[in-house]
Amino acid sequence: MNWLAVLLMLAGGVFLLVSAVGFLRLPDFYCRAHAVGKAETLGSMLVLSGLAAHNGADLTSCKILLTVGIIFITNPTATHALLCSAFRSGVAIWKNSDAAQK
Amino acid sequence: MENFFLGFAVFVVLLFGASLYRIAAGPTIFDRTIGAGLIGTNAVLMLVLIGVMYNRVDMFVDLALTYALLNFIGVVALAKYFERSREDKP
Repeated sequence: MNWLAVLLMLAGGVFLLVSAVGFLRLPDFYCRAHAVGKAETLGSMLVLSGLAAHNGADLTSCKILLTVGIIFITNPTATHALLCSAFRSGVAIWKNSDAAQK
Repeated sequence: MENFFLGFAVFVVLLFGASLYRIAAGPTIFDRTIGAGLIGTNAVLMLVLIGVMYNRVDMFVDLALTYALLNFIGVVALAKYFERSREDKP
């Protein structure tokens, strides 16, 4: 039982859960992208680091850490590109009065 | 440790379900695209988890790397494809 791996994976699982709940519950597209772009990235990185810690120090762990680096760069970039595209397309921004009407 | 990985894999499958709900119910096309990207990121985790469970990480980690890169390219391509200017909005 590798306690470092278990600890990292449980922390990552908490972030993944928060990200999924935010993705389901938040009111408009921009808020949902906020939940996905940050919490999902950190959660995936923590889980993959935990799996690398379980695997031990060898070439496979280096590849898993390379995947961590790729996710660290590409996941926020993809979310940002989608947000930029949605803003240019004129997707409506949620305001507080929308909640009052419902 | 095997049971822990199995439980974590079940948890990731539940996250797939959350993304699928948003893909089905999302009001805009961008919600659906970001849900697909979320499924891609979780699939990378799932691939490495499956590799660890079956003691074949050295093979599955290459698949995970490729999947992460292709997921990024797909999401950015979809973002550019669905973009339109405010003027030609219906």
